[in-house]
Amino acid sequence: MKLKQTAALSALLAAMAGAGHAQELRIGLQDDADALDPDQSRTFVGRIVYTALCDKLIDITPDLEFIPQLATDWSWNDDETELTMQLREDVVFHDGTPFDAEAVVYNIDRSLNLPESRRSSEIASVEGAEVVDEHAVVITVSQTDATLLAQLADRAGMMISPAAAEEQGTDFGSNPVCSGPFSFVERVQQDRIELERFDDYWNGDDIHLDTVVFLPIPDTSVRLANLRSGDLDMIERLAATDFQTASNDDALRVEDVVALGYQGITMNVGNGERAEGPFGQETALRQALHLAIDREALNQVAFDGAFAPGNQPFPPDSPFYDDRFPVPERDPERARELLEEAGHGDGVTLEVQMANNPVQTQVMEIIQAMAAEVGIDVSLRATEFATMLDQQAAGNFEGSQVGWSGRVDPDGNIHQFLHCEGGLNDGGWCHERTDELLDGARTTNDVDARKDMYDEAREIFDAEQPIIYLYHPSWIWAMDAAIEGFVPNPDGMIRLEGVRYAAE
Amino acid sequence: MLSFIARRLLIAIPTVLIISFFVFSLQFLLPGDPVLAMAGEERDPETLDRLREQYGFNDPFLVQYFNWLTDALRGDLGQSLRMNQPVTALIVEKLPVTFQLAVMALIFAMAIGIPMGILSAVRKGSWLDYVANFVALSGLSIPNFWLGILLILLVSVNLGWLPASGYRPFSVDPWLSIQTMIMPAFVLGTALAAALMRHTRSAMLQVLRSDYVRTARAKGLREKVVILKHALRNALVPVVTVSALLFGELLAGAVLTEQIFTIPGFGKLVVDAVFSRDYAVVQGIVLVTSVAFILMNLLADTAYMILNPRMRDGA
Repeated sequence: MKLKQTAALSALLAAMAGAGHAQELRIGLQDDADALDPDQSRTFVGRIVYTALCDKLIDITPDLEFIPQLATDWSWNDDETELTMQLREDVVFHDGTPFDAEAVVYNIDRSLNLPESRRSSEIASVEGAEVVDEHAVVITVSQTDATLLAQLADRAGMMISPAAAEEQGTDFGSNPVCSGPFSFVERVQQDRIELERFDDYWNGDDIHLDTVVFLPIPDTSVRLANLRSGDLDMIERLAATDFQTASNDDALRVEDVVALGYQGITMNVGNGERAEGPFGQETALRQALHLAIDREALNQVAFDGAFAPGNQPFPPDSPFYDDRFPVPERDPERARELLEEAGHGDGVTLEVQMANNPVQTQVMEIIQAMAAEVGIDVSLRATEFATMLDQQAAGNFEGSQVGWSGRVDPDGNIHQFLHCEGGLNDGGWCHERTDELLDGARTTNDVDARKDMYDEAREIFDAEQPIIYLYHPSWIWAMDAAIEGFVPNPDGMIRLEGVRYAAE
Repeated sequence: MLSFIARRLLIAIPTVLIISFFVFSLQFLLPGDPVLAMAGEERDPETLDRLREQYGFNDPFLVQYFNWLTDALRGDLGQSLRMNQPVTALIVEKLPVTFQLAVMALIFAMAIGIPMGILSAVRKGSWLDYVANFVALSGLSIPNFWLGILLILLVSVNLGWLPASGYRPFSVDPWLSIQTMIMPAFVLGTALAAALMRHTRSAMLQVLRSDYVRTARAKGLREKVVILKHALRNALVPVVTVSALLFGELLAGAVLTEQIFTIPGFGKLVVDAVFSRDYAVVQGIVLVTSVAFILMNLLADTAYMILNPRMRDGA
């Protein structure tokens, strides 16, 4: 049956490609996107839609290097306070408005000043942007900001049509007008987002699809079933446990790459009363827990080995990973010794909260079993996600199993979590030297100097374990085997340049 | 009759008010700060403060309730925090979806439940009765999400007969729209069929024992006529009531079924809204569904009166 279907599908596809018929790509997303306004939105899947809909000033390669998109070239002045960008001259927005320096200035200004903007904090260092000439702008920052390019390679750097934005105001998200390879057709909330090929796209030669439809299907098995039945052509975030089965299916192609994010256990070391417990106060206990975990086994059992074990905020293949601290082997003897020395030879208890989904629960149950073997009695509290964030912010936890989707610039994975003033520092970690280092790494564009500072901070973090890092999830995509040209990128986006159905 | 309806409608007003107050206060008991949920990964203090201010979360509870209520009376149910759209527009968009699913599910439920109920009552104690009971019990006890996934694997992945999930509006493509709804409506329908079957069965059993049925038989009427024309018409009265109530429940959205088949109806909207603490959406939907429920109740009572003349006097 399956063979027959595949054959029929291939024949159909071949006929379509041969006859030059419309190529449609239906992509299954895990969630529905929020409002499609780059300045207002916050969902991950929203960013996937933008990749087809809205071009950015800068793009990122799979090796996380910055490459031109709407900006062709950029350079800093000597004291690193002015970023001058040259712009493409052949770009128009979907509504025909030309893309020029004025448009960039308008967009930067909107990201900074629209009251509903979620981007203002990301580019808080920006004082303003000015037109140099028709195709050049200069962006002024109050002090050196190493993260700015990464921000401009994401939503803060997405350019929307000023004319459309003026006309629609905060309602822009219902009918977005950008300059990406595809333009907006229609959206039915929680059902579909439909885009069509934009004929005046500057890089149109690389675009082979005529329409793209994004369909939110939250259940992972149902998403895979839809792909198998041919109702979808591609799905994102295939479950790690389906990785092998899908890879063995000849009708499907599976692609994966280690993501930028991490999962770990944030320890409450200084946020309110619950930091007063043994694990909040005694470094040795956090060390012991860290050493009690077999990260490779965790990855094998919970994720069939599809993810990457980790012990730092950056994945092991990141240029900012500190090789002096490789992912440790499990060392239960040393863990027991540490407990012994700290006077907890007869055992110690720790409560950890985690999101109430099967995956995170299983992760914590595995860790619970590993910790029990060294004498740490971990009790688990499964908590609905929004409640968990609330508890975390309020300091009502000893340990919290939580993750971060990851940012291109290393600063985004560490500063806000482990700086005394960090906005997401729910564990209450505060250390003068690490603050200096994290601030220092944020305010220089010298990559080597930044790496040195992160490394020095790692020495302290590795000894203190305020966050016990566990693993780095992988992005896993599955698609019809006839689709070619898809390049996985650690940022999890689906770039459609070069993607097409193979002509047979 | 009309005065009965009018009186019931008047009673409905305080009911809706009480429900709205109840729902509004309930979600303040929900743990989790809506602003935290809304801000997502960008939860720096300034953003949180700005969002709180913007959505009036700093006002006292009663002020928030009063503002919401006065807006609601003007047909403005507020703005969705998550989707940045008016709640009224979202509801208007979802209502036809859920309505279609509810109608189709009820058709399945009636088509399966009522004949099965009649058969098992007429053949009480026979193997047919046991089979019907077994089927009804299975429909009730098999979890929707499990049956849903099995159906998707069988019908869509293996046989390729129906689309696995998704939704097309009836107005755009009626045939495809019905196709996409068949499986979810069937899954929902099987569960409801059980209730209908049991009600039909017991009502039929009662009626079949009554004097007028004996008289009808004594008159020498054929058994088919006795059952379908005399017994069933009376037995259907409670079944109609139950159907109307079930329909009211269906309008509240079938959360799991909609999630599995990715149908963008009320159920999915309200679940997403609860998880993202999108209060305005939750309030709006609960208000609309409770009104729908009250209306369905009223409809059931009215139907009762039409079907059963004896009820009319006491009204």
